[in-house]
Amino acid sequence: MKNRDFKDPIREIRVFTFRAIIFWIVVVCLVCVLAGRIFYLQVMQHDRYATASDNNRVLLQPIVPNRGLIYDTNGKLLANNRASQSLNLILERVDNLEQTLALLQSLIPITDNDFERFEKRRKQRRRPHESVQLRTRLSEQEIAVLAVNSHRLPGVTVEAQLVRHYPFTKSTAHVLGYVGRINEKELKRIDPVNYSGTQGIGKLGVEKFYEAQLHGLVGFQKVEVTARGRVLRVLERQDPVPGADITLYLDSELQDAAEQALGDRRGAVVAIDTQTGGILTLVSQPSFDPNLFVTGIDTKTYASLRDSLDLPLFNRALRGQYPPGSTVKPFVALAGLEYGHINWAHTISDPGWYQLTQGGRFYRDWKKWGHGKVDLTLAIAQSCDTYFYELAHKMNVDDLHDFLWQFGFGQRISLDVAEAVRGILPSTAWKKARTGQPWYTGDSLNVGIGQGYMLATPLQLATATAVLANRGRWLQPRMLKRIRVDKNYIDALPATEEVAAAMQDVTLKRDANWEKMIDAMESVVHGRRGTAQRIGKGVSYRIAGKTGTAQVVGIKQDEEYDIEKVKERNQDHGLFVAFAPADAPRIAIAVIVENGGGGSTSAAPVARKVMDAYLLPKLAAIKGEAMASHE
Amino acid sequence: MSRDFLRQLPRASHAFQTQQNLLGRLHIDGWLLLMLLLLCGIGLTVLYSASDQSMATVQRQATRFGIALGVMFVFAQISPYHYRRWSPWLYSAGVLMLLAVLVMGVGAKGAQRWLAIPGLPRFQPSEIMKVAVPMALSAYFADRYLPPRLKHVAMGLLFVLIPTLLIAKQPDLGTSLLICASGLFVLLFAGIQWRLIFGFGALVSSCLPLFWMFLMKDYQKQRVMTFLNPESDLHGSGWNIIQSKIAIGSGGLDGKGWLQGTQSHLDFLPESHTDFIIAVFAEEFGFFGVLGLLLLYLLIVTRCFFIAVRADDTYGRLLAGSLTLTFFFYFFVNIGMVTGLLPVVGLPLPLISYGGTSIVTLFVGFGMLMSIQTHKKVLPR
Repeated sequence: MKNRDFKDPIREIRVFTFRAIIFWIVVVCLVCVLAGRIFYLQVMQHDRYATASDNNRVLLQPIVPNRGLIYDTNGKLLANNRASQSLNLILERVDNLEQTLALLQSLIPITDNDFERFEKRRKQRRRPHESVQLRTRLSEQEIAVLAVNSHRLPGVTVEAQLVRHYPFTKSTAHVLGYVGRINEKELKRIDPVNYSGTQGIGKLGVEKFYEAQLHGLVGFQKVEVTARGRVLRVLERQDPVPGADITLYLDSELQDAAEQALGDRRGAVVAIDTQTGGILTLVSQPSFDPNLFVTGIDTKTYASLRDSLDLPLFNRALRGQYPPGSTVKPFVALAGLEYGHINWAHTISDPGWYQLTQGGRFYRDWKKWGHGKVDLTLAIAQSCDTYFYELAHKMNVDDLHDFLWQFGFGQRISLDVAEAVRGILPSTAWKKARTGQPWYTGDSLNVGIGQGYMLATPLQLATATAVLANRGRWLQPRMLKRIRVDKNYIDALPATEEVAAAMQDVTLKRDANWEKMIDAMESVVHGRRGTAQRIGKGVSYRIAGKTGTAQVVGIKQDEEYDIEKVKERNQDHGLFVAFAPADAPRIAIAVIVENGGGGSTSAAPVARKVMDAYLLPKLAAIKGEAMASHE
Repeated sequence: MSRDFLRQLPRASHAFQTQQNLLGRLHIDGWLLLMLLLLCGIGLTVLYSASDQSMATVQRQATRFGIALGVMFVFAQISPYHYRRWSPWLYSAGVLMLLAVLVMGVGAKGAQRWLAIPGLPRFQPSEIMKVAVPMALSAYFADRYLPPRLKHVAMGLLFVLIPTLLIAKQPDLGTSLLICASGLFVLLFAGIQWRLIFGFGALVSSCLPLFWMFLMKDYQKQRVMTFLNPESDLHGSGWNIIQSKIAIGSGGLDGKGWLQGTQSHLDFLPESHTDFIIAVFAEEFGFFGVLGLLLLYLLIVTRCFFIAVRADDTYGRLLAGSLTLTFFFYFFVNIGMVTGLLPVVGLPLPLISYGGTSIVTLFVGFGMLMSIQTHKKVLPR
């Protein structure tokens, strides 16, 4: 046994005490480290973590402003907002997504398209516990079924939101346009803050043009949420400013009358209030149900609309560019009078054709054997082509261009119709730029009867007719009657860059030419030999009008068309422009019936029906008042 | 003077106990008890907030505290002499039970920690090892020449390693580290040479890669990775540490006020009433509150050191020292992990976190400390 094998209690105590003191010091130091760490977090980094904590708990929620309502001129609702229930999933709370979706599909109808969109939305960025939409427009019954089965569907919620609704469906589609989902391109254009909660944006028509006014200003609320996204309380709230309600000049009854009159034919009707320039009717047929687009149209329906031969998505009234045909003759005649190429006594002898040079090409009149001796009034009433061939031959095309330009041809003249196109008002410069070729006299002849290069939209025709009706006074066509701003209705258009330049009134060297031309147009309807004399029967007011027939060109023979349809679609377009009452005009109208044949038979009766619908109640009221004051 | 004489008298303890006060006769250390009760009170207060004002939870925890205090009282009555005698048996039984856990244990979340012996309530044998390991090592070294020789050190390490590895295999990294530490603390107090300490430290750190590759489970590796870069796993395990740091940091100097912590009440802070409860405390009571709590912990540890230094014999000293440092290790690791200083290991905050068995074990330890303090055969020096 060595000495050191014996235990040494004193030494053990000494060693232990020494180590205990050292370890105690180490403990104190480590506690100081902890304290230091806490100090770093709580004092030095406090601001950062306080912000992080608030970011965790405080959620800034946008409150979507209610979209402004749209009324027609009589105060009928054209576009409102309806509550719609949608089916949403909070993915974090769904136990088994596949099972849940399968169960949902067994309970309520869900289309493949819904699933497709759901998958797309699911992959988009979102906050934790933010719900993802699966289906919209749940019916009462579907909501009930979901409620009964809610215990089997964790994470499935039914949420209400307001969606746009168009009670007149097809009737207003081409006027109002529609509200649809915001797409990538629009996303770049809009103010992301103001649209932070908005799902839809005006895509076309009034909805698009007045988007800024209709949308309103977004509101916000700061809410306290749990980590699971449950809202506990509202900390702060700023109410949204609802979108402005707007009233249009559009008359839904007149719109209806025009549609009825058109029947199932393709075509367009534009009627303008000549006293205000307000667009009373804007029909483009066939049309489509704009409500389909609000919550997202399914691809099949969309494809059938898009690929339909009848082009229901195409706005004929604003974007349909047709040869105006004979409807342009009153304007051409005014130009001839203005530049002194003809006067009212000027008479020609019409053999049924016109030749530029002896032995040259025949420019044929629509009446094979000719009209015989024709003065200007008869040339308008009978729509004599030969008369206008001769006039166009004499007239410089650029003079004609400048004159017709004043009536809005070749321009965008509407104040708040964004989709309207320019049409074509040809000139030598235009032809040079377009085709690189010089202007030929033959081109002039075609333009003289509204064919050839010239194209105009129904809106342009109605507008030009309105200017004529107002004896040159310009009232630019507009949709908006008034807009509600802060509880007051303001009868003014908002200043937008889309508003076209103001048009100058048309003045003639001889004012009497207005009345004479209007008389000539009256004879179209009321004259014994007028082309539209059929609609002049039994009418209690005077109509000034002009028929037109536009030749259909450019149907490609290689397109796979139904034989019958090809035949039908090769027929001429029937046109008619008119205003009434002739001496104190209230309404100007342009009608085009595609492939309807002559304007006198297809288009003129439509115009008559619309004018009747508009004027008869008004005239009766005036008469009633007059009778009452008489007694 | 008479005391000087008397303190050398062997086996005369009974005579002098009569001179001690009532607490002394009940084998209770007044200061320690006071501070523990204070800590329990703080614990219940924070728990009330962290459990979303669930009185039921607080009552359950209070009941546990009551039971644990009773257990502490019982353990305080037993003389260290008996502990020393039982040490090897308890240790052996504990190792056997750990083996049993591996074979037939039950548990949840992929860990086998519980032993269900018919007729006994379910329990975790690893909890027994929390006191059995320091007891066994203290007993072992109390019989040996100190400072220990190399072969005894090696033996001691073996005693530590067996339960450590068995528990790590369950897997329960937190407890395994805790038990390993409690054994090593005995070695440190026994007077193991400093060069051995540093040499061993160097050895262990060089073995870390091996440890990483062969011993650690995937989820443990994940935790370490997350610790090194919490932002790498924002919604998984990194979420806890980020949210706890936000909770603590947003508390500021004086806190958001009791029951006002948004991080815990709005469910952003996971495990807010168990392992991460200090974050709730820090959020609601702020830096000053945390400082007070740390001070309380430090005072408890200091009192325990005092008891250890004044212990009668080597066994009592080693055991008390080890239990003291283990308690420190407990709260240091917990606060360290919640504040992001240390990787996340599943250790609760002693006497504050909600949880059953660990509270009883802790109070058993304090009971032993009180026993060491109050069963003196010799008078204090």
